[in-house]
Amino acid sequence: MIKAILIFNNHGKPRLSKFYEHYSEDTEQQIIRETFHLVSKRDENVCNFLEGGMLIGGSENKLIYRHYATLYFVFCVDSSESGLGILDLIQVFVETLDKCFENVCELDLIFHVDKVHNILAEMVMGGMVLETNMNEIITQVDAQNKMEKSEAGIAGAPARAVSAVKNMNLPEMPRNINIGDISIKVPNLPSFK
Amino acid sequence: MPAVSKGDGMRGLAVFISDIRNCKSKEAEIKRINKELANIRSKFKGDKALDGYSKKKYVCKLLFIFLLGHDIDFGHMEAVNLLSSNKYTEKQIGYLFISVLVNSNSELIRLINNAIKNDLSSRNPTFMCLALHCIANVGSREMAEAFAGEIPRILVAGDTMDSVKQSAALCLLRLYKASPDLVLMGEWTSRVVHLLNDQHMGVVTAAISLITCLSSKNPDEFKTCVSLAVSRLSRIVSSASTDLQDYTYYFVPAPWLSCKLLRLLQCYPPPEDGAVKGRLVECLETILNKAQEPPKSKKVQHSNAKNAILFEAISLIIHYDSEPNLLVRACNQLGQFLQHRETNLRYLALESMCTLASSEFSHEAVKTHIETVINALKTERDVSVRQRAADLLYAMCDRSNAKQIVAEMLSYLETADYSIREEMVLKVAILAEKYAVDYSWYVDTILNLIRIAGDYVSEEVWYRVIQIVINRDDVQGYAAKTVFEALQAPACHENMVKVGGYILGEFGNLIAGDPRSSPLVQFNLLHSKFHLCSVPTRALLLSAYIKFINLFPETKATIQEVLRSDSQIRNSDVELQQRAVEYLKLSSIASTDVLATVLEEMPPFPERESSILAKLKKKKGPGAVSVELEDGKERGELNGGGDRGGDAAIAASNASTPSPSADLLGLRSTAPASGATPSAGSLLVDVFSEAGPSATSAGVNDDGFLRFVCKNNGVLFENQLLQIGIKSEYRQNLGRMYLFYGNKTSVQFVSFNTTVSCPGELFRSTKTVEPLVEGGAQVQQVINIECLTDFIDAPLLNIKFRYGGALQNISLKLPVTINKFFQPTEMAAADFFQRWKQLSQPQQEAQKIFKASHGMDTEVLKAKLLGLGTALLENVDPNPENYVCAGVIQTKAQQVGCLLRLEPNAQAQMYRLTLRSSKDTVSQRVCDLLAEQF
Repeated sequence: MIKAILIFNNHGKPRLSKFYEHYSEDTEQQIIRETFHLVSKRDENVCNFLEGGMLIGGSENKLIYRHYATLYFVFCVDSSESGLGILDLIQVFVETLDKCFENVCELDLIFHVDKVHNILAEMVMGGMVLETNMNEIITQVDAQNKMEKSEAGIAGAPARAVSAVKNMNLPEMPRNINIGDISIKVPNLPSFK
Repeated sequence: MPAVSKGDGMRGLAVFISDIRNCKSKEAEIKRINKELANIRSKFKGDKALDGYSKKKYVCKLLFIFLLGHDIDFGHMEAVNLLSSNKYTEKQIGYLFISVLVNSNSELIRLINNAIKNDLSSRNPTFMCLALHCIANVGSREMAEAFAGEIPRILVAGDTMDSVKQSAALCLLRLYKASPDLVLMGEWTSRVVHLLNDQHMGVVTAAISLITCLSSKNPDEFKTCVSLAVSRLSRIVSSASTDLQDYTYYFVPAPWLSCKLLRLLQCYPPPEDGAVKGRLVECLETILNKAQEPPKSKKVQHSNAKNAILFEAISLIIHYDSEPNLLVRACNQLGQFLQHRETNLRYLALESMCTLASSEFSHEAVKTHIETVINALKTERDVSVRQRAADLLYAMCDRSNAKQIVAEMLSYLETADYSIREEMVLKVAILAEKYAVDYSWYVDTILNLIRIAGDYVSEEVWYRVIQIVINRDDVQGYAAKTVFEALQAPACHENMVKVGGYILGEFGNLIAGDPRSSPLVQFNLLHSKFHLCSVPTRALLLSAYIKFINLFPETKATIQEVLRSDSQIRNSDVELQQRAVEYLKLSSIASTDVLATVLEEMPPFPERESSILAKLKKKKGPGAVSVELEDGKERGELNGGGDRGGDAAIAASNASTPSPSADLLGLRSTAPASGATPSAGSLLVDVFSEAGPSATSAGVNDDGFLRFVCKNNGVLFENQLLQIGIKSEYRQNLGRMYLFYGNKTSVQFVSFNTTVSCPGELFRSTKTVEPLVEGGAQVQQVINIECLTDFIDAPLLNIKFRYGGALQNISLKLPVTINKFFQPTEMAAADFFQRWKQLSQPQQEAQKIFKASHGMDTEVLKAKLLGLGTALLENVDPNPENYVCAGVIQTKAQQVGCLLRLEPNAQAQMYRLTLRSSKDTVSQRVCDLLAEQF
């Protein structure tokens, strides 16, 4: 089971936190800090696994993480999950974000926390994996966006028109373009808050 | 087209986030947030009804503020209102807020449940998914009560959309985990299992998590899933990389699902059906073969996915532990990974090998990799990997390679990461003991351990080395010599001084023949460390000194000089001062014979499970230690706490040979030594062999209470947090009880408060204890008791404290019983029978016939009767099998004479106990108490 999913930047600022077990708000913040300290002091090129911090259950749980540009994606899981499987899952998550936001960067996560939560909810539910197929996930997210836009009424019309035009000449949505070694592009900004 | 276009969204939210990000300081940020919170609060409270968009915007802001670590204590109601909106966007944000912020606030849950109920019956798949997500996120009992019946129906209904099925499966899993009693599978079982055959891979992915959990809890009911899982796995494994389209991940077909299928199979033994088993073995072989094929892609994701399946397949092979052929292949594969350039693979290979090492088929095969693993321990850059390497060395250790492995671990310890040192120390200590062929190697290893990593050597470790040295006389001389040499180092660890003090005190004589380690040299060496040590160690050294006086009379003058110095005899620490005074007196008053008896060599410790193992087990969680353990025996103390070493040692010799010196030590002020003997002895017996009632549940301790009828000292209570030791002494109608509250955790107890309530027949005065008990500390409380008249009810001790915020409340009966105020009375046979006849009225006698619940060993019986406090009269009863005792109970109001007769019947394993006293209540009470003791 996945106990928690945390995203924070190189300075430890949380960008997303999702706990699948109940902790008090204070503990959640402490777990984020503790996890950041554990993960951030590790070199690049070491392995992606380490024992969980004391607060989240110590050696019973494993932290499995990936570091993309300015962001750490950390999954805290118990022993019933496959380590490499979770690494793949993180990759799928990031690739999905990349598709949904078109070259996702930290700012997208900051300004669209609700969307990120929605995308995550299509993949993981109650700590278990719901779907691993990226296209399926994107289809669901797309459907939600369409509903959102239709509800936006007149205000949403131009955007819909634009996207209709954009899609017109494409017989098929291109898939698997430019993912692989994904790197989140970071705008040249001062340190993130 | 990006699924989320960046232009739309909420402007107010974007502005707010930008503001926060532009804040120069934490204070400015908090100020801005407070301003926003005030704004939102007033908007929510305002008269004007908010439209859906505004509500959504404000809720989003609250979510952002929450993510930054600020408490959100309002907005819940608005979020709940959003749930009943017909607009998807509003409903969605409402659910998001609730899943992030609501846990189980019962009043809201009812409203939320209403909204969920509406959405579940809406037949709109998007709304249904939102509702199911919300249930899975909150997962409270109320929700389970409301929906546990509904969700299985949604899951198996023919017309349910696939995406809804997926959500329903995981939602049900969550409810089952939270409230298994409410989720009744029964009729759904077979239809749920058949979801493994579902067309839609997403449904299978979700359902398999549910099935795995249900199978592990009810394996029999879900047994049919094995063959279904095998055929599904077989179809995936044999499919071409393009067959599964979107579920193919970097040329690997459905890696996640394959892993999950292999995990599900690990809930069961190998399939009995030959065809199923053949198919599964074929799958496993295919997976192992694929590992050798050239990769279809250079991308790391490709090999990752492939290896994820491979590792799960290996886990399954190890789990079955029945196919030698597959086991060997698995072991070889892992061996390859041990040297792989991918750190992740090295890490996982070490981890898997740990489980493989415990298989009898492959233990030898694993051992062939020892050099690689040792190399990993030495050269890996990553502490995670080094830790796994240490784990594996521990798991692969046996008699043949123990010396090599222990040596490597010791040398690694010198540079090991601080985070894993304590665990390494425990592992080395366990291996050294477990595989010690000659005990001199064991002693060397542990002393090295203390030298290299003294700070990480816990008490259990050095207690254990002393236990072993004391129990094995072939190693005592060597131990004394080695420890003497180790102490020569100019700076040696305090734990080394403790071991040195103890061992030289006991066995220093074995090396005293050599002029280089003559008694005075030994003493001077120990004493040169004295001033650098903490109080408990100094106390231990003082005990070692008095033992020196006994072992080497020539050191007496020097040691007395030391004891007499102001820094000892006027030491501000009570314990040290008391020891100095008592030992000085003991050495000057007692004759050499007496001294020799009092300070006799420690008796061997009863053989028992190593307490170190228990500690490692506790540290690593169950399952991490492969050796079977008895539970609970965690306190392997040598002396009821190292700091009381001397007292206990002396008490031990008292126990074996009562001597007048008992008085000197103030252990028992009532004159007859016979009274003191069993109680002092049982202190040791209690601490050593029973280790107290570990983890007794709170509540009143009848059991613990009864154990103290015939003894005065021991562990009254122990649980995970707290240990309460007790020492008591009684004289005439007065008693004094010392309670020792030991905090077993590393966290302080706050608001520590104890109250003692006494029945009216007793009078007591209590000193209050300090409200703070530091982690690992022990505090003492003294209770003075006066018996006014005879009584039945024991005083109640109530302890309250806070540990990590939670209030702990423990109530205990204090073992103050009427027999504690016995004064033994010696009398001749004629006197006894005369008095016995005088007490012949029916109400003066109490009698019980009962079955023996312990052995009927004569010595034990005698000890217990003495422990009762009466005098045991020899040659009184014409039948030598019987016991008679006499004593006077001293209360303030009166004295109650009391006669006792115990008739054992060894054949029937029965006793008859008769009590006569001048007061009927006393006869009855003493009879009741004593009857529980045999």
